[in-house]
Amino acid sequence: MTVDWAAVRDDFPILRREIDGAPIIYLDSGNTSQKPRQVIETMNEFMRTSYAPINRSAYRLAGEATDRFEGARAAVARFINAPSADEIVFTKNATEALNLVVASWGGANLGPGDAVLLTHLEHHANIVPWQMLAAKQGFELRWVPLTADGQLDLANLDRLLAGAKAFAFTAMSNVLGTIPPVARLVQAAHQAGAIAIVDACQYVPHNVTDVQAWNADFVAFSSHKMCGPSGVGALWGRIDLLNEMPAYIGGGNMIADVRLDGFTTAPVPAKFEAGTPPIVEVIGFGAAVEYLESIGMAKIRQHEMELTRYALDTLTARYGDAITIHGPDNVELRGGVLSFAFRDIHPHDISQVLDQRNVCVRAGHHCAKPLMRLLGVNATARASLYLYNDRSDVDALSNALDGATDIFGF
Amino acid sequence: MPGLEDLYREIILDHYRTPRNRGELAVPPARHAEGHNPLCGDEITVFLDVAEQNGVDVISDVKIAGQGCSISQSSASMMSAAVKGKSVREVRALVRKFKGMMSIDTGEDDPEVDVLLGDLEALQGVVKFPVRIKCATLAWNTLIEALDNPVPSDT
Ligand SMILES: Cc1ncc(COP(=O)(O)O)c(C=O)c1O
Repeated sequence: MTVDWAAVRDDFPILRREIDGAPIIYLDSGNTSQKPRQVIETMNEFMRTSYAPINRSAYRLAGEATDRFEGARAAVARFINAPSADEIVFTKNATEALNLVVASWGGANLGPGDAVLLTHLEHHANIVPWQMLAAKQGFELRWVPLTADGQLDLANLDRLLAGAKAFAFTAMSNVLGTIPPVARLVQAAHQAGAIAIVDACQYVPHNVTDVQAWNADFVAFSSHKMCGPSGVGALWGRIDLLNEMPAYIGGGNMIADVRLDGFTTAPVPAKFEAGTPPIVEVIGFGAAVEYLESIGMAKIRQHEMELTRYALDTLTARYGDAITIHGPDNVELRGGVLSFAFRDIHPHDISQVLDQRNVCVRAGHHCAKPLMRLLGVNATARASLYLYNDRSDVDALSNALDGATDIFGF
Repeated sequence: MPGLEDLYREIILDHYRTPRNRGELAVPPARHAEGHNPLCGDEITVFLDVAEQNGVDVISDVKIAGQGCSISQSSASMMSAAVKGKSVREVRALVRKFKGMMSIDTGEDDPEVDVLLGDLEALQGVVKFPVRIKCATLAWNTLIEALDNPVPSDT
């Protein structure tokens, strides 16, 4: 069955909003995605009819809210093919999910003489927590370098992994779009005796995700980048690892018992969900994965690959050497994230000129300053695509860029 | 939305194309400070030579290093041209006046110092694009930091 992409676009009320009499061209989904009415309405309906505390009270309304909450957990687990919903820990976002792994697993397992392998593609969320812990516990950080077209250079992977206890890497770069061979990297990590931690914050929203096929140990992602609300994310982890790990944040909900001389923890996932969670947002997260499933992740990926190819071809055909689009050219190896340099014009100025035509792109370092330094730039402009974008958005971007030439073409 | 011509005035583009006082000064004797705009990754370093002339501290030389967008770079360039040769007191008054133009409340003006914005008034249009105010003020905040930094010692 083919997808009616125009109908999909219509699901997103904000895309009908006009600014200065013209519609918004939203090309910043790599930053955060827009929300379909199905998610907005589910959250609204839940607050109107079913909102109550979860896991704490005995009355029927609270039971109903708890069931809805756990239903969302099951939906998220199914979405990434997790073996069990108990392995889904709700967090604030991917950043908190990664911090949880680093502080809890890393805190218990890493010390002087140990090493953790990261890559030059990483977002600050998968760099800084490691640096913070390394400063305290004194282990080494190693880095997988990149090839000229922004793929991981795996030539020395086995040497880099020798003696490493963990390999933490992105499944899709938020700057270059690069999609590394996740299953192969996990296998290499395991062969070296390291666990594999996947930052799938950009990958999960745009691809079919199967954590069992990856055979990974931990996978982190955020709701807000996949049509769900902000304020909630998820960590999937192998149940045996989650069981062994010490608690992260302490408080209510995460305990089995508390006495004056200590506490015992609740079973996973409650052990890692201290305090009242973002209840409505979790319900919205569940609605978001159901929405994406109703379209089909394979079809979304196909749509985005075609659109990415169209964008790469349109921009290079029109602007030739005046535009440099970073990252792999083969759309099989990349997602719809296009970081570009245009005529030496500063990304901030590009974004300003594009905004004049309602074209929303991100200009900046994309929370990946080490990668920016490797690219030899302070910042890039980045257009990122999602299921609700179509060729007209790419054309609008291409046309609006001409406005930058008019002002800065010197 | 106001038109881009309000933002990208010719004099601004001129300073962007041919920035004045680019470079570095030896530290010490110069003092310096680095500024960052976390929003866009812009980085700027302001170097100042302060010398006493007739009993007042005067900015005898200024240099600007770093990279950034047209607004941050042209604002830095225009600033460097405006502060060179002025007394530190006049410079502080000018910073207040400039930030006032950017609709940032800086408290009372110095009643005894009269400074004019001159060419800097071209940056007035930035106020209509609030996201860019940080770009325009980056160099100015860094200048104040450099003034407030203790002069590095030789050792
Ligand atoms: C690859 C990657 N990892 C992690 C994050 C952090 O996500 P969040 O800000 O939702 O925690 C992002 C978000 O930009 C990302 O793109």
